[in-house]
Amino acid sequence: MAALSELETAYRKVQKDKTFQKELNGYLSDYAGRPTALYYAKRLTEHFKGARIYLKREDLLHTGAHKINNTLGQVLLAKRMNKKRIIAETGAGQHGVATATAAALLGFKCEVYMGEVDMLRQRLNVERMRLLGTKVIPVKSGTRTLKDAVNETFRDWVTNVKNTYYVLGSVVGPHPYPLMVRNFQSVIGRETKQQILRKEGKFPDALVACVGGGSNSIGLFHPFFHHQNVKFIGVEAAGRGLKTGKHAATLVAGKKGVLHGSFSELLQDENGQVHPTHSVAAGLDYPGVGPEHSYYKSIGRAKYVAVTDREALKAFHLLSEIEGIIPALESAHALAYLAKFAPKLSSNEIIVLCLSGRGDKDLGEVIKDYD
Amino acid sequence: MINRIDEKFQELKKGGRKALIFYLTVGYPDMVTFMKLVTALENFGADLIELGVPFSDPVADGLTIQRTSEVALKQKINLKKSFLLAKELSKKSNIPLVFMSYYNPIYHYGLQKFAHDCKKTGISGVIIPDLPPEEATPLKNILKQDNVNLIFLIAPTSPQERMRMISKESQGFIYYVSLTGVTGAREKLSGTIKSSLHKIYRFTKKPICVGFGISKPSQAREIGKYSDGIIIGSALLNIVERYKNKRGLIKEVEKFTSEIKVALRS
Repeated sequence: MAALSELETAYRKVQKDKTFQKELNGYLSDYAGRPTALYYAKRLTEHFKGARIYLKREDLLHTGAHKINNTLGQVLLAKRMNKKRIIAETGAGQHGVATATAAALLGFKCEVYMGEVDMLRQRLNVERMRLLGTKVIPVKSGTRTLKDAVNETFRDWVTNVKNTYYVLGSVVGPHPYPLMVRNFQSVIGRETKQQILRKEGKFPDALVACVGGGSNSIGLFHPFFHHQNVKFIGVEAAGRGLKTGKHAATLVAGKKGVLHGSFSELLQDENGQVHPTHSVAAGLDYPGVGPEHSYYKSIGRAKYVAVTDREALKAFHLLSEIEGIIPALESAHALAYLAKFAPKLSSNEIIVLCLSGRGDKDLGEVIKDYD
Repeated sequence: MINRIDEKFQELKKGGRKALIFYLTVGYPDMVTFMKLVTALENFGADLIELGVPFSDPVADGLTIQRTSEVALKQKINLKKSFLLAKELSKKSNIPLVFMSYYNPIYHYGLQKFAHDCKKTGISGVIIPDLPPEEATPLKNILKQDNVNLIFLIAPTSPQERMRMISKESQGFIYYVSLTGVTGAREKLSGTIKSSLHKIYRFTKKPICVGFGISKPSQAREIGKYSDGIIIGSALLNIVERYKNKRGLIKEVEKFTSEIKVALRS
């Protein structure tokens, strides 16, 4: 708790600090490649014969996903706090790579915890982290995936709290992480607001994004929170199907609980033990979800749905073939929902979808699936 | 009626003795051996037993308790079974029993039902490392109605203000965490324990017991000098793990506990 209070105090300070914000914005634009394009996907729009579809191209960022928005912010904060060592958890490896990148950029020693199962299915990202000078520590406990990597990173943090900064990768975990990560990711929604006004002269009718922990979605949604006419749709991973129990659809199928210091929906069994999850997208493979999404759900501000591995894979191919963009399997979940949703809207209506990452990292997984 | 933990500490104080507290994972290595272990520990002079109810994600625990929890979970140990075992234990003995678990299984069980079942089965206190006092009011109020203590932990990183607040909130005793980190036997303990305890005693008259890392008689002797008691978990479970299928198990446990006891009382 003392460490969290220290973090909150430090974060509140840099929020108001113009030099910090300037430094962060400098890295976001010159190093990471912001603003990212808001792209009108003409062929995808024609394919579904419904709403006009825009893609917010977070996949074009340095390291290939939205994760860098958060890691640059947090590693800069670590520097302000005079910490000497950076640690992080990773599932798909995207957050790990983004943390390793920010750590290399700002001269930190970095160690990333990753479940053994994830290390196998995301080998490329393991190698990328190593190239960036980060030590990847295999996590052998529990289900050997993301949640266990989070456990292990917390254990490291409480042990080495004096000199170590924990860069959490999503809007989960104890306060102030959900708030801080949301704020760092809100750049997605803020840019979208300006860009869509310039292109269409009005706000979109709906925002669609995938939800694992929920950072890219909250980043897109949050700046539109008070614009009630803009619908929010979060797409979770139904894995092999909700009925099989092999999924990661926390908001759709979970019950309230406490994991990693936040009170939110949780996939758990009848004894309150955390349920193993499954998704073809390692980045969605988490049994919890950000508490702010739980709040959006409870007040009816956002709608949460789930699509299966199969549907996501189909969307993965579709976008590759008709737009020339290979999406991350995580983002492919959001894309898959378009098939059910876009045709129902008229051509005057606008959907903005967060294309949270690119799919190069997933080729192994996709090819395996078709062998 | 007085809570059994409070009663125990009054009795210890009168006798000028320090509390010897052991932690066991419920149902480890199996239910029968676990029950035998609790009885044996009481016979060998334990003053209080913490019953660890396993959770799938024990973030405050090191490798030993992660392993024992996993084994217990595979044997389908849950809160309901833990209550049944506690009830059995309470029939035979008067040693105060405390549950140690994480918040989610308890929340999921239902706070009201949890409190009633604690009372019914003789659980006198609860320790929940992932429930800070700031978030504990609902559970604390409910437990209070059933006279069950909610025991909080103070970490070495806790600033003075927080030490004061936790000292005030904690019931039965205060659990001082000897080190920055997770549970698990350590060769060497931190040098700051004494000065931290000194600070906490300025805020409170409640007993303070020290846990995390203690594994040897020499450590027990040292910590016993400036606290009200010690808590040993992983070091004991390491012995249980080593001898679990062997005949000498209870004998080894006796050897270990009596060495600790002698050191603590010397």
